[in-house]
Amino acid sequence: MQSETLLELHDGDLPVEQITNKWYDNFRLSNYGAIITFVGVVRDENNIDGLSFDIYEPILNNWFNEWQEKAKKQNAIVLMAHSRGDVLNHKSSYIAAVCSPKRRVALELIDEFVEDFKASAPIWKYDIINGKREYALERSTAIKGAGLLG
Amino acid sequence: MIRVEFLGPIGKEPLNLDITNLNELSEILKEDDALSMWLKNSACAINDVLTNDKNAPLKDGDKVTMLPPVCGG
Repeated sequence: MQSETLLELHDGDLPVEQITNKWYDNFRLSNYGAIITFVGVVRDENNIDGLSFDIYEPILNNWFNEWQEKAKKQNAIVLMAHSRGDVLNHKSSYIAAVCSPKRRVALELIDEFVEDFKASAPIWKYDIINGKREYALERSTAIKGAGLLG
Repeated sequence: MIRVEFLGPIGKEPLNLDITNLNELSEILKEDDALSMWLKNSACAINDVLTNDKNAPLKDGDKVTMLPPVCGG
């Protein structure tokens, strides 16, 4: 299966059941003993109505392909879905998954994959408050090597 | 000409500049007060590959991208 089908971007909130059921159906016959899915749900906090996202796809694709190569070395694959634009509270904006023959590999990879996603994937998050987007600077992480031009 | 793009919340229109490396870009962007915070916390990519080398040569048609702090999920 080509990598572009392993990473999917959606406008608005994610159809979680559709995506996770599709992944399960696509990969349950591939002899992966462990399929671990992480579903991120937007929390109702700080008086927000939801979150909104910008994505820069060229570097996201490169980042994801590097992760696919890393997973492949352990006979595993990684899967990801993410939202563009607005996602209201209690809906999902992010799903990550690992399929692996080995339980331990899957558990470790999903942890590393989600953490590196948070630190490196070129996605920008905004709170939606009173219909306006406010960049969530204090919850954001500078990419490794940031400040080169400062 | 080098195209410079500012992603996400930076909210600045792209520039087309006649520069040969990132040092020159840094000097030009430092003139813009609205960019001062972003220069300190943004990463930089040349043709969609992140770089740590301010002296890397730029050639006509290259694209430089500034990536502010990220938070997916």
